[in-house]
Amino acid sequence: MGLGTTALASVLSQTQSQAANQIAHFPPKAKRVIFLFMAGAPSQLDLFDDKPDLVNQFNKPLPPSVSNGQRVTAMTKGKAQLVAPSMFKFSRQGQSGLMMSELLPHLSGMADDLCIIKSLHTDAINHDPAKTLFCTGSQIPGKASLGAWLSYGLGRMNENLPDFVVMNSAFWTGGTGNVQALYSRLWGSGFLPSKHQGVSFQPSGDPVLFLSNPTGVTTRSRKTMLDLVSELNRDHLNEIGDPEIRTTIAQQEMAFRMQSSVPELTDLSDEPQQVLDLYGPEVQKSGSFARNCLLARRMAERGVRFIQLFHRGWDHHVGLPKKLRGQAYDVDQASAGLLQDLKQRGLLDDTLVVFGGEFGRTTYCQGKLTPTQYGRDHHPRSFSVWMAGGGIQGGISYGQTDEFSYNIVENPVHVRDFNATILHQLGIDHNKLTFPFRGLDQKLTGVEEAHVVKDILT
Amino acid sequence: MISIPRQKNVTRIRAFRISLHHLIVAGWITTASVFFGGYAGATESAEQSVSFNQTIRPILSNHCFQCHGPDGEDRKAGVRLDIPDEVDLDEVLDRISSDDPDMVMPPVELNKPLSDQQVTQLQRWIEQGAEYEQHWSFVPPREHPVPTVDDNTWNRHAIDRFVLDKLQQQRLPHQPSADKRTLIRRLSLDLTGLPPTTDEVHAFVHDESLEAYENLVERLLAKPQFGEHMARYWLDLVRFADTNGLHHDHYREMTPYRDWVIRSFNENLPFDQFVMWQIAGDLYDDPSIEQQIASGFNRLHLIIDRGTALPEESFNRNVVDRVSSVGTAFLGLTLECAVCHDHKYDPITQRDFYQMYAFFNNFDGGPETGGRNGLDFKRGLQPPYLELPSEEQEKQLAAIDVELDRLTAEHQTLQSDAKLKDGERSEQVAKSIEKVRARRDALIESIPATLVMKERDEVRPAHLLIRGNYDQPGDVVQRDTPGFLPPLDDVIDGPGDGVKTRMDLARWLVAPTNPLTARVAVNRFWQQVFGVGLVQTSEDFGAQGGSPSHPELLDHLTLQFIRSGWDVKALIRSIVLSETYAQSSKANREQFVSDPTNRMLGRGSRYRLDGEVIRDQVLATSGLLNPELYGKSVKPPQPEGLWKIVAMPSSYPRIFEPDQGSQIYRRSVYSFWKRGLPPPQMTIFDAPTRESCTARRERTNTPLQALVLMNEQEYFHAALHLANDLLQRADLEDRRRIEIAYETITSHQPSESVLNRCTVALDHFRAVYRDDVDAADQMIAANRRSGEDHTYDSDQRIELASLTMLVHSLLNLDETKTRE
Repeated sequence: MGLGTTALASVLSQTQSQAANQIAHFPPKAKRVIFLFMAGAPSQLDLFDDKPDLVNQFNKPLPPSVSNGQRVTAMTKGKAQLVAPSMFKFSRQGQSGLMMSELLPHLSGMADDLCIIKSLHTDAINHDPAKTLFCTGSQIPGKASLGAWLSYGLGRMNENLPDFVVMNSAFWTGGTGNVQALYSRLWGSGFLPSKHQGVSFQPSGDPVLFLSNPTGVTTRSRKTMLDLVSELNRDHLNEIGDPEIRTTIAQQEMAFRMQSSVPELTDLSDEPQQVLDLYGPEVQKSGSFARNCLLARRMAERGVRFIQLFHRGWDHHVGLPKKLRGQAYDVDQASAGLLQDLKQRGLLDDTLVVFGGEFGRTTYCQGKLTPTQYGRDHHPRSFSVWMAGGGIQGGISYGQTDEFSYNIVENPVHVRDFNATILHQLGIDHNKLTFPFRGLDQKLTGVEEAHVVKDILT
Repeated sequence: MISIPRQKNVTRIRAFRISLHHLIVAGWITTASVFFGGYAGATESAEQSVSFNQTIRPILSNHCFQCHGPDGEDRKAGVRLDIPDEVDLDEVLDRISSDDPDMVMPPVELNKPLSDQQVTQLQRWIEQGAEYEQHWSFVPPREHPVPTVDDNTWNRHAIDRFVLDKLQQQRLPHQPSADKRTLIRRLSLDLTGLPPTTDEVHAFVHDESLEAYENLVERLLAKPQFGEHMARYWLDLVRFADTNGLHHDHYREMTPYRDWVIRSFNENLPFDQFVMWQIAGDLYDDPSIEQQIASGFNRLHLIIDRGTALPEESFNRNVVDRVSSVGTAFLGLTLECAVCHDHKYDPITQRDFYQMYAFFNNFDGGPETGGRNGLDFKRGLQPPYLELPSEEQEKQLAAIDVELDRLTAEHQTLQSDAKLKDGERSEQVAKSIEKVRARRDALIESIPATLVMKERDEVRPAHLLIRGNYDQPGDVVQRDTPGFLPPLDDVIDGPGDGVKTRMDLARWLVAPTNPLTARVAVNRFWQQVFGVGLVQTSEDFGAQGGSPSHPELLDHLTLQFIRSGWDVKALIRSIVLSETYAQSSKANREQFVSDPTNRMLGRGSRYRLDGEVIRDQVLATSGLLNPELYGKSVKPPQPEGLWKIVAMPSSYPRIFEPDQGSQIYRRSVYSFWKRGLPPPQMTIFDAPTRESCTARRERTNTPLQALVLMNEQEYFHAALHLANDLLQRADLEDRRRIEIAYETITSHQPSESVLNRCTVALDHFRAVYRDDVDAADQMIAANRRSGEDHTYDSDQRIELASLTMLVHSLLNLDETKTRE
């Protein structure tokens, strides 16, 4: 029996077994998510949370009534908290008149599709626990990531590609002086079976680890090999009786299919120039954020459920204006191009695109302070993210911070609320997506109450 | 869900009785599925009493304790169900069977409705007097009568008598003993993590003596590979790794700890000592080197490098991590659930947690790792640590120091004495000093060292931390063990009024009165050979953990283990000498479906090998394995660029540089473990990141695993290596060469059908490479390693490529990656 016939048989059994997992609690608005994770924490003050009056506070101490003795990092502990207004101009954009930073000219063109949440907050003040919290719902390593939960809860949408893919930018423009590590736990499966973990696509070499045949193994020899292995496994199945052997056969067939489906996915030769142009010149470079955005769209088309991009380089403690310009260059046109491309193909309606980092940055300066030279420390108390598509209203801003972008004064959204909202758009009640482990019915949103941000839904 | 009025319940109970009876009559297949639906509870007839521990506690715990359990803070309506006489049981009955959404318990919004069967069980339990029992694992193990079974072979061994008795009660079949080849393969993999060599297989197959099997067990237990294999499980459990796991994820050095674990298993260090040394090895009077090394258990937690977090916060994080790992590794308790509030399901109060915390907060060292300069950083060390120079190294160091003193003195003289002032000479000496210092540094870098535990002289006060926040200290707490377990005072010699120590805690952990430590350990050793523990949740023996499939057997083995002096080899010997262990893993489909993980033990367990065993087997069967024991971690090749994509510019190490030569063929227990990104050949096969304690691994079967086996360069290279051996045997015909390859890899002889299929495939491969000699050439060139000087003519190249494909096919068989 050749691969063609055996493949079909086991695909059927596989799809049946996976149906058991599928647990949409109500009709979903989004079928898939593209999560653009800005690791290092971008400054909300310079990108999204416009505070025009802050210029009057330049170099003045942050009033203690605002900071209220809250904890700071080891880097600025005990130091003066002098206010650093943003040097970047904001203006009204689109029909909605959303205020957008001059750093984001291309995204400004998509303002009517964006929902900017200005009132996100988190529990962690340092990168590692904050990223872990954002991606897995807990500061403590060992929990399942958002994408793993979706894989577990919703099952697969395709038979030839992974359902959770991760792409890390290989480089960025905002300097490499201060950049944090990433950890596979951020896309790990934690206590869930490891088949739900994110598959990390590589910018060079095999896009999926161990994808290519060893040198000298031709398509013909590979087929002969898999046919032999498959026959012997079937004989063994008949002898032993363990149905797990059937799973092995099916997974070998899927691996073989991935050997052609993944190269087809990453081969951009069929993309017309006007599409490439949407993403900007960096799309030509393998490993760029722009290239990964384009790949994300191709994955979305091919039924990958959860696509997560990690772009590092946002940790601007000092020299923020120059570095932030570089970072904005990396992501502005690429993410705007992604939105536009999805929209043109009618995919934005059921694709939820999310953009954000693990926390925000302080209104007070770290390092040298002049009107055009400043840095900002970590700020977990308020920060901004945006969402688009997938049943989220466009052209709106949600939540408000005080005049210093320090405290939230309206509609706070905790990270777990944010995650609950993402799950909701995919048809999942965050309280019902659970997995028993260590004595608890584990949830992405943890043991504290979480609320879907209903006001921003279409 | 529970919408039927109370009156109708009666009818429903009756209907349930009938259906249960019906099921039992219907035969073992259905009974098995009932068994696994609700455990022993489901097999009780209505007349039998409902067991609180087996049936009722799991229901209450999972559905009620969240609001009506041990945690006083979140308790609703003042009602608690975890202890007797606290609640009006009639009211409970009314509420659980109510059809009023405002009345029904559990409340609708909890999303945890009771099933009809659970309501019935609760009702029967209440009707029978609502007897509470202490949670099974908190009661010390006791002797149970060993059942007698009517099978002479199975009546010899206590394990078999417990197992067969249960199987017969459930009317489930068992299997005959596996064939000898399967047995030696199974035993070798289970005890050493390596397959048997064909010589070992032949010797065992031809050994007709009655003691053949027992002798084989002894030989395997005596192999040093036993310790390596056992250590691997332990290193998962205690989250051993080569990096710090946070922020920069810098290098850390604890090689001597790993070596000690391996040695301890090989030398069969009594397990109670093994536990005590790790908890409190530093607190013995005049502790031995080994005891100090073992105390490094307390240093295996994740740790952040200084500069971003607040030291107070990092300090707290480390202590919580230490305490939690004691819970998982030794007690099978989820102590960490009581960091912020009382435990929701187990009687562990928040105060209990911080009383345990008080044993571990007196560490005499920094809460974050030091700066990025200096030898300590390069060596992955942070004080306190233990230097372990060889005699030779000590001599060299002494000699260098003498030389350094001499040069320093000379330099000073040249500088200070005006008469002797000689610029040129002084400069020369200064240069020499620099050179000697560099030599000294290099020597020190080569000296083995390991992080150890050390207590401060003055006891640091411990507080209950409000909501678990490091900056919100509450009441001061004293060192003590959880209140629901036997008191710590019982194990303290003397008046017991002084400050309790970690040594007291260590003694308490292994005291005869402690109901958990030995049980948890025995269960994990059982899990290592059967693939699943008698208690499936080997990390959690609390109310939310699983019930034991064979509680009496677990008690029996635990007591036997303690009586033997915590003798690990004796325990393992006892398990593998049972008929239960030796059963064939062949069964019919219904058995696999009704009991997929073989908890009833009605057959030999069959499960996918761990990633480490898969790799070690590839190396062993191809003849590449480097059997060198002990020493620093090594880096076998992995796909390029993986670390770079996650590392920080100043992470150390930042770039993965593979080792060379035979170092890359060492066993996987020595593979460098970067917590931020461990070797993908392992994590793809469910290896944990070692960021937290892992008592058991998931076992999945994925396309990425298939890709590793199909395409991993070193695995393929190993296939070519073995194929090259076969090529050299030009005198042999194809069938014989296939037999050799198949037997080397699977320990079995190929059937006629396997031989035929392989022969046909080999001819196909030859046709492929005859048509495409370039491909064969490329394969051989890509797999040429330095030092290899084979030359092949073109026929041989075609032959080698074809044989490689055949061998590689066999390495990809389900049978090869599976313990049967």
